[in-house]
Order: sequence, then C-alpha cells, then structure tokens
Amino acid sequence: MALDEHKKRIFKLIGTRPPRPDGVDKVTGRAMYGADATAPGMLTGRILRSPHAHARIKSIDTSAAEALNGVKAVVTSADFGLPEDESVRDVQDNCMAREKVLYDGHAVAAVAAINVSVAKQALKLIKVEYEILAHVTDVDAAMQADAPVVLAGRAMDDLPKGMSENVTHHFEFGHGDMEAGFAKADKIIERSFKTAATHQGYIEPHACLATMGSDGKGELWVCTQGQYYVRELCADIMDMDTSQLRVTASEIGGGFGGKTTVFIEPVALALSRKSGRPVKLVMNREEVFRASGPTASSSTDVKIGMTKDGRITAAHATFRYQGGAFPSGTVQFGAQSSFAAYDLDAVQTIGWNTMTNRPKEAAYRAPGAPMAIYAVESVVDELCQELGLDPLETRLRNAAHKGTKSSYGPTFDDIGLEATLEAAKLHPHYTAPLGPNQGRGLSCGFWFNFGGNTCVALSLNFDGTVGITEGNPDIGGSRASISMMAAEELGIAYEKVRTIVADTNSLGHNDVTDGSRVTFAVGLATIKAARDAIKKMCSRAAKIWDIDEDAVYWEDGFAKPSGPNAGSFEPMSIEEIAATSPNTGGPIVGHHEVNAEGAGVSFGVHLVDVEVDPETGATTILRYTVFQDAGKAVHPDYVEGQMQGGAVQGIGWALNEEYIYGEDGRLQNPGLLDYRIPVASDLPNIDTVILEIPNPGHPYGVRGVGETPIVPPLAAISNAVSRSIGLRMSALPMSPPKILKALKSKG
Amino acid sequence: MVKVAIWGSLRGATDGKAEVEVEAGNFKQLLDQLAINYPGLKPQIKRGVSLALDGKIYRDDWFVKINEDSEVVLMPYMVGG
Amino acid sequence: MKNIHVSTTINGDPTEFICAPDESLLDVLRDRLRLTGSKEGCGSGDCGACSVMVDGRLVCSCLVLGAEAEGVEVETIEGMADGDDLHPLQKHFINGAALQCGVCTPGILVAAKALLKKNPNPTDTEVRYWLAGNLCRCTGYDKIIKAVQAAAAEMRGA
Repeated sequence: MALDEHKKRIFKLIGTRPPRPDGVDKVTGRAMYGADATAPGMLTGRILRSPHAHARIKSIDTSAAEALNGVKAVVTSADFGLPEDESVRDVQDNCMAREKVLYDGHAVAAVAAINVSVAKQALKLIKVEYEILAHVTDVDAAMQADAPVVLAGRAMDDLPKGMSENVTHHFEFGHGDMEAGFAKADKIIERSFKTAATHQGYIEPHACLATMGSDGKGELWVCTQGQYYVRELCADIMDMDTSQLRVTASEIGGGFGGKTTVFIEPVALALSRKSGRPVKLVMNREEVFRASGPTASSSTDVKIGMTKDGRITAAHATFRYQGGAFPSGTVQFGAQSSFAAYDLDAVQTIGWNTMTNRPKEAAYRAPGAPMAIYAVESVVDELCQELGLDPLETRLRNAAHKGTKSSYGPTFDDIGLEATLEAAKLHPHYTAPLGPNQGRGLSCGFWFNFGGNTCVALSLNFDGTVGITEGNPDIGGSRASISMMAAEELGIAYEKVRTIVADTNSLGHNDVTDGSRVTFAVGLATIKAARDAIKKMCSRAAKIWDIDEDAVYWEDGFAKPSGPNAGSFEPMSIEEIAATSPNTGGPIVGHHEVNAEGAGVSFGVHLVDVEVDPETGATTILRYTVFQDAGKAVHPDYVEGQMQGGAVQGIGWALNEEYIYGEDGRLQNPGLLDYRIPVASDLPNIDTVILEIPNPGHPYGVRGVGETPIVPPLAAISNAVSRSIGLRMSALPMSPPKILKALKSKG
Repeated sequence: MVKVAIWGSLRGATDGKAEVEVEAGNFKQLLDQLAINYPGLKPQIKRGVSLALDGKIYRDDWFVKINEDSEVVLMPYMVGG
Repeated sequence: MKNIHVSTTINGDPTEFICAPDESLLDVLRDRLRLTGSKEGCGSGDCGACSVMVDGRLVCSCLVLGAEAEGVEVETIEGMADGDDLHPLQKHFINGAALQCGVCTPGILVAAKALLKKNPNPTDTEVRYWLAGNLCRCTGYDKIIKAVQAAAAEMRGA
C-alpha cells in the first residue's frame, strides 16, 4: 500500500481539540492583518473609480493631481505593459481600466500621497473624459443578440446564431438517453430559477503594503489566500522576475475565495515603483462591493422526471451565468456538480457564461455549485411534494454511491452521501413537530475538493521541539491541524510544535488556499515531511549505535532498536537526537514537495425548519442541522466551524443577500447596511453532525470540508419556505418583500 | 489503447463521439495524442483540463500512470474558493 | 483647517495625539497610536469591528471623531487582558473555537464585555441581540454565543 493511502489506526491527537496557535494574538488584537502594517516613509494610496457602468475613456488628465503638493505618484493603465497571457491581461485590465470602463467602480487611476487628505484631494483633481456607452447587467438580457457588447473579440468559438458576442463559454455534461428516460417518468416537473449575485462578505477589506526598490526588488504585504499566486500575477503584470518579488501573507480577515486573486496589489506596486516609497493601499467597504469579485448571478431551467415510487428517470438542466465584465468559466462547476448527488441513467446539463457590465467574478466557496444545486434540489423537492413522497427517502432511493457513474463523468469510489442521509433520517430534527406557518426543508450538497502544489518543511530544533513552515494562509484553523498531524506522526506533544505560514521565498510554490485543500494537501505533505524527518532521525540513532539504519524504528517520540538482534540500546528521545544533531551530521529537516492528487469529494445534507410571518414576509430560521462527511475530522471544532460558517453564508444567500443594480447600471447597495448579511439575532444555534467515511487518498482519511456547507442551504431554505407558505419559490433571495409579493399573488 | 470519456460540449471536436480511444500510458501522452487525433480539442487542452482516473481527479500530473482498463474521464480544470 | 491637539486616557494610560478635524477615533487609534487591534470593516458603523468603550459606553469608533476623545476614557481590545492574564472572555473564545479569521473578534470581545458588565446573566437571545451590531462571516455565531455564556458563567463564579 502506498505511503499516502489511508490505513485505519487509533489516533492519540487527531480528533482532539487543542487551542489554536494564533488564538492569543487574535483575542488581544496583536495579530497583524493586511491594513495593520506600516513602513517608514509610507504613502497612502487611493483609487479613482468609474461612476459609469460602461464607457469609453476618451482622455485622462492627471497633471493637476501630479502638481498637488504632497502627491508623489499618479498611475493609469499607461503605466502598465501588456501581458501576453490573456487571463493575466484580464486581471490587469480589471485592476486598472484600459480604453474602456466596464462596470460601475472600475478603477481608472490611482494616486500615492503623504496622507489620506491629500490623496482624496488629488483624486478630485484627476479629469477623466468618458463617452458613455449602453450597458447590460442582467444575465438573460446580456445573452440576447442585440445586447451591448462588453468586450469585443472574446466570444466563444461556434457562437450559436441569435446569441450575443458576450457569450464566452459553453459546456455540456451527462450521459444516457434523455428521451427514453423522460418517457419512463410518471411525473415531470420543469421550472426556471433566478439567483442574484452575492459577495463573500469578508469583514476585512482588501489591503496591502507595497515596497518597490530602485534595484527592481519588491516586497508586498497583503491579506490573501495565496501569496504565491499573487506573486506570480504581480510579477507578470509588473514585468518582473518572480524571484525579485517577495510576497508575505498577513493574517487574513476572511476570504472564502474572494481573496484568491488581485484587485489593488499591482496598483500599489506601480505606485511604489513610481514614487520610490512604500505605498499602503486599502479598499473601503464600498470599493469592496463595487470592485472586488462577487459571485455570478444565474438563470436556470431544470426538468426532472420521476416515477410515482420516487425513482428519477431523467434529469436535465440549463444554466446561464454572468461572470461580470471578463470571460469566466465558473458555470462549468455548476453544470458538473448539479446532479452529483444522484445515481442517474439519463442526465444532461448545459452551461453558458456571458459577460455583463458588472465587476469581474471571483470564487466564493464551491464556485458555481450553490446556485445550480439550489435549482435541482428545489425541483426534486417539488416532485416529492406532488407525488406525496418523503423527501429524505427519495434522496436515499436515488443517492449516488460507490460505483455510481457521476453526472460529470467519473465513477465514484467510497463516498459518504448515503451515510449523511441516513444520519439525517435518524436525527430527532427530522421528525420534530411543526407549528402553523412553519415548514421543513432539506437539500443535499456536494463539492469536488482538490489537492495541488504543496511544500512543507519540518525543522528539528536543538531542544527537540519542532518548527513547521508551510505556505498556505490559515483561513479556518489549519495551523492547529497541521501541528496536530506532525505531532501525531512524531509521537510528541502538540505544544512542542509551532507551525507558521511562510513568505514566498521560504518554500517552493504553494497553490492558493482554496478548493478545501489545506487540511488534505498540506496535511498530507506534513505527514510525509514528518516521516522524512523520522527516517533521518532513525539514521542518526543508527550511526550512534553503529547498527544498520533498517534496524531502527520510531515510536512515540523515540528511536528504538528493532529487536534483540539489533542490540540492547536505550531508546533515544527526539530531544537527544536533536541535541546531538550537530555532531551526527548537522541540522535535521524533513520536507516534502508534491502536487497532491486524490482529494475526496465531500457530500453534505442540511435540514432546516423555518417560520414565515404571513404579514411581513419575514422568515425566521427555527432550527438548522448540518450533516457532512469529513473523512476524518482532524480538529472537530474547526470542522464544525466550517459547517456552521458555510451554512450561515448560505442562509444569507437564500434570504437576504443580493447585488441590486439600478437602471443606470450602478450598484445601489454597496454597504453592509443594505447588503444584509446574517447577524447573531437572525439565527439559532447551528447543530452539526460530522460523519467520517475515510478518503482512501489520504493517510488519515481526510476529506476537504470547507466549501460543501454553503451548497445545501439555498434549496433547503427555499424548500422549507415553499412548504411553509404553500407556494413554490423560484428566485433568490427570498427577502420579505418578495415573499409578500408571492403570497399576494397566491390570493 | 485507452478509452477516454469526452464531455458533451467537446464532442463537436470528436465527431460527436462521447468516448474516444487513444494510445497512452500516462496523462501527458493522453493529452498529446488527443491533440494530434482531434485538433479541435487543442484550445480546451491549452485552457486546462483535469483527468478523472478511476474516480480520482488529477489536475496536473503528467506522469500518472494510465492502465488499459482504467476509467478515464476528461474534465475541465478545477478551481475552488 | 488646522490639526487638533487632544488629551485623553486610553486603557488607563494618559495619551496625547494630534489629529485632523475630520479624522475618526478609529483612524487615530490605528494610524496615530498604532493600536491596530480595532479594525475598519465598513467605516459606517454597520459591522462593529471597530467597537471600543468611551466613558463606559459601547460605540463604533469609526463614528466618533478623534477630537471627541478629549478628556474621556477610551477602552480598546488592547486593554482587555491584565498584563499576561487573559480576560475570561478571551480565554473562552480560544478554548471554545469562537473565532476563525479573528478580524471581528476584538469588536465582539469589547461588546461582550460591555454586555456582561450590564447583565452578568443574559439569555442566549439577549446575547444575540446585544451582538447584532457585530458582524461575523466565518463562524455563524454559534460558538461565539456559547463562549460568551461560558465566560459569563465563570465570571459569575458559577
């Protein structure tokens, strides 16, 4: 069996709940986030943004701003080159508009000044001449042949007749005979759904501190989910060698996918290069909404056929997403994941992406999946209602399991869907009585999860304690889990290990913290780095004992001779081996570099009870339970945290959150008052049930868990609300005015 | 020869076939052969593809070994949030 | 307009600073005094990440002018621990995993401390409504409420 494959074992540390290493820093306010750093001679950067949804930039006159006392640099797109790679060019053009502004809030110029007052003044002195163009913000409108074209020349090849040049991507997945499948159904339901764009809603706005030296070397301090990717993008945009730019990730105040790219960082670097001084650039909340990366909004058609005893015979869905003003392929994940929970003979999904005059989409927890699975799970629920079937039993009857050919192609290995459904069935929540105006809803959820490029170094200090260097910003408590895995392998106490997140120079490339990959991939690399260190430590003991390396094994923090034939030597502790390492060959460091594959998919089921007030249309969440397969929960508190946090983001998406655009194409609610995320008083406790069906591809059986929890809430809540009011809702968010409107139409 | 499942919207480049056969012992050979036999697949391969091999997803690993009886499914390149 | 000289008390220490007339107390704390524990999440009093106490009253420091700090007592997150000894709220937040990214944590701790001073034995609902002005995007609030209650119990000597 390969070293990276799962072997069942009894754990000492894995599964316990030790305190996290960044805890004290964060509760005392000592932890340093993106906007907390300063540098001598630091300037304040500010960005000028378009007030138009779509316009040609006829001219920009920065002379008055440049002449203002205290202004040290002004930049526009003229200060940037033209990257060869189209996707990097899109990132750059999004950071600083070239030729056209493509959405309300698109950056057109930036200044660096001695303080914020001068910077604000300078922005007012920049004269931009715009030629306003027609705009389009709605996904369906943007696909029509007569829609205003956002970017010319980016349409997909083989654009179907009658579709706008704004359409950039087309996907199709599935298998089986659709006609035959629908012919077998006793009931077929077809429904269309719409979801609004939402924002990841991290409490910390984007912030960075950029220092470019006259020798071409750069330093960037930034809140990010991926310092290596930021380095790659910025070096490309700034036309620098990667090695000349060092990026350090600060503590991050939330990301959820929205901080996996760059928005202000190249601008800060350009300002620093031009001014010759460090530049701090921070987005305010309005800028975060207007000009960072919200999700796609969607328009979906779903058609599902079911027999009267609850077997799905055919399933079809067409997804139309808008990814903002640049080509975006996120719809492919919606099209792939939408029917993943089902074992189907006939399934087909089609996905389209269109450009619109809206900010460039960025990832948000399970990108593309929530809105797709929302539509599918809503129709499945409606079929259950119409046929008088139990929704949980029906999911079980059709559930994907080991051996199922998934709707997106591959055959599933061991997966935890049936186990989570069974757990939900047995849970008291499922049979608790409901009162008037109350409804119960459920939904399955799914995410692929993945591995990726990962490097870990594990250093043995001379006193026998351990320092771990890894490269993935900690967004969920991963430093604790990584320390635990190392301590488990080495057989030492958790407190003897300290894990830090390194800058880009300290390790080889690490992919972004996304895809629910860190506990899986960085954990895997840490376990292997620990085993590497163990091998080296055993070899040192062997040297000291003058026996064969193979005659030494490691147990509970000690190197031991492996039998009476090896010799009767006293076991050597990790402390002893460490202390003598200068004498036996030098410092001992275990390390591992890998492009980790074999991540396991994660299924979840959510149950929710709601009460809808028929007079106000307000929905109260009465009870919420999250069931999810974690493979192996290394630190159960942090697995629960992901389940609860993701569920609450989904609750916000279902009930209140949306980007609202006016007729003028401008965002009307770029603030946390009118973009309403859930607050403490909106919610009950979020109960969690962790299942552990081990992932065969990880030594401890770990599956990623971070993203799946945001997927089920949308349909679970829609199903609960629909059952409560006796009317099928088919658009999100279901805010009070929308529910009232639906109730009125019902009569 | 290895059987490769092609997703719906790529089938235009494979004469409508949902499954094609190529001579390949690993991921890189597979991609190279697909590009040679079906030039219409080249743009997507350049944009990025993942490989699901017997249910496991591989994003970049050129030398992951493919057996003749493996289930091989081409998938778009995955990203997360 | 000329900058303003302000004399105040912060976490018990006499403090003087100079600020612009339109500068917020939050900006002063972070940029002039290097007390970066209070965070700017929105600048408009909607998120609570900048929560501090001014003369015993819970406020959003982004909505208070630096100049208004003249002659008052300001308490920030940096003053919550007693030297090396963490406040029970801080301890229980760590032990109860009531934080993930931690950026909302200072504001929530300041707000929770203010609540428990006023009401040492709140119900869950009272805690939730008191903290409704402190946004958290990571935790879903569940473990936060539990940690506040655990700290409250310890502080009551229960």
